[in-house]
Amino acid sequence: MQWEIVIGLEVHTQLSTSSKIFSGASTAFGAEPNIQACAVDLALPGVLPVLNRGAVERAIRFGLAVGAHIAPRSVFSRKNYFYPDLPKGYQISQFDLPIIGQGSLTIQVPTTTAGQPYKKVVRLTRAHLEEDAGKSLHEDFHGMTGIDLNRAGTPLLEIVSEPDMRSAAEAVAYAKMLHSLVRWIDICDGNMQEGSFRCDANVSVRHPGAELGTRREIKNLNSFRFLQQAIEYEAQWQIDTLENGGTIQQATVLFDSDKGVTRAMRSKEDAHDYRYFPDPDLLPLAIDNEWIEQVRGTLPELPLSKQARYVADLGLSAYDADTLTSSREMADFFETTLNEVPKEAKLCANWLMGDVSAALNREDRDITQCPISPGQLGNMLKRIADGTISNVAAKEVFKILWSEGGNPDAIIEIKGLKQMSDVGAMEALVDEIIAANPAQVAEYRSGKEKVFGFFVGLAMKASKGKANPAQMNEILKRKLAG
Amino acid sequence: MSLSINDVYKVARLARLGMTEQEAQTAHAQLLNIFGLIAEMQAVDTNGIAPMSHAQDISQRLREDVVTEHNQRELFQAAAPQVKEGLYLVPQVIE
Repeated sequence: MQWEIVIGLEVHTQLSTSSKIFSGASTAFGAEPNIQACAVDLALPGVLPVLNRGAVERAIRFGLAVGAHIAPRSVFSRKNYFYPDLPKGYQISQFDLPIIGQGSLTIQVPTTTAGQPYKKVVRLTRAHLEEDAGKSLHEDFHGMTGIDLNRAGTPLLEIVSEPDMRSAAEAVAYAKMLHSLVRWIDICDGNMQEGSFRCDANVSVRHPGAELGTRREIKNLNSFRFLQQAIEYEAQWQIDTLENGGTIQQATVLFDSDKGVTRAMRSKEDAHDYRYFPDPDLLPLAIDNEWIEQVRGTLPELPLSKQARYVADLGLSAYDADTLTSSREMADFFETTLNEVPKEAKLCANWLMGDVSAALNREDRDITQCPISPGQLGNMLKRIADGTISNVAAKEVFKILWSEGGNPDAIIEIKGLKQMSDVGAMEALVDEIIAANPAQVAEYRSGKEKVFGFFVGLAMKASKGKANPAQMNEILKRKLAG
Repeated sequence: MSLSINDVYKVARLARLGMTEQEAQTAHAQLLNIFGLIAEMQAVDTNGIAPMSHAQDISQRLREDVVTEHNQRELFQAAAPQVKEGLYLVPQVIE
């Protein structure tokens, strides 16, 4: 029996503000427990929340980046539940009137065993602002739980997708695209180890074309690998359960990354009765067009726009354009390199996606940790483009730049890597070769053109690899013709 | 809409309120009165009027994104029943 997996994601992104969403306490990660938990974060009596303009602005940036409706008026609500890391007894969130409405994100799903890479549009249902909770530490405090409220009140943008994904690979591609986008527009640092970007996955299965099945929600997945493993395990578990005649109960589950299994959380039947209501402490949030346009003016060029421009103006392939815009840092590196050699987009792309990426992968670094600057790379490429060095010599220059740094022109000079372009000198070499190999010359002249390669090899060897290959070929052809 | 005594117990449980039967009866009667008032208000013709989410028809004032609070942990924790290594200690919660 054929099964279809249906996945929707809820992603919590911590916004990169300096202060909390409703208080003036710092949001810096890694501080000593509770030194960044002020009276508002602790819910002491008599305090009032005041909304952080920086958090709202980041939400607007996101809305603009995904082509979503930005609500001129949105409302904060109280989501009521009791847990010690939430001292107020409710979380301030948004319910029926969120700040960001429907949008979409185009994802690139990589090659799988099933076939070719493909693009897909995932619809976003909404995104809303809310406050993060504190942290519970369940280590041994003699039967007690330790509470650190430094994180309480850190601004979150919860981004909710439609159930548009049909495989773990699509869910991961979506999460990665979102991760890249929030960093691209500079609203979240994307640090998954520190919990800045956390995914909940709603998973259900059905027969293709049937109604949606009952879903189970996997909570708090903080790596792409866990997201993939958790969805794959969960979907298979649901399929096995249904095929064995069982039914799926709606539930919240946790992923045990050690055992690779999902497990239902013990929860009371009415744990999800949050009794949302508008928070009387906060007035409706008004956003006018002027503010939206002002924020739009500060947004960097977005990946899709860059891709289109790279293809149309720079003549790159769609694949190259996609790869070069995989992160803002990569795109910036490419464009800065290109500034040095403005007519050589393809050359820049080839080196970035080839030698540079390979070297980065070998050392498990990302583009921001590249030991070669775009300026250095661009200067080296300039020397390939103007014929000063061959591609082979460039690899040598690249190696030295990578391990020792320096100026490409100086390296070319010191290492004697300049291409031989002196026609007289090359002709002299060719004359010697022809004189020393009369038998092969006769073969060539009698029509065995294969022998040409033999001469090319000799000529390059004689020039110690420095001859300009195109020029040398031309001279060889001319001289051999007799 | 009528409210049963079981609804009162449910809301009390969700709000972690312990209620005696007598208190629940009293709350039930009071809530029924409030529901009566709501029913009366709902009879008013509000066609074409946008619902308000706050009693005042003004919008939220915003703060600039600046850190203005300094560390007052010692002061705050002086009022806590139990603290250790800077953490607030609470009865164990295991999910």
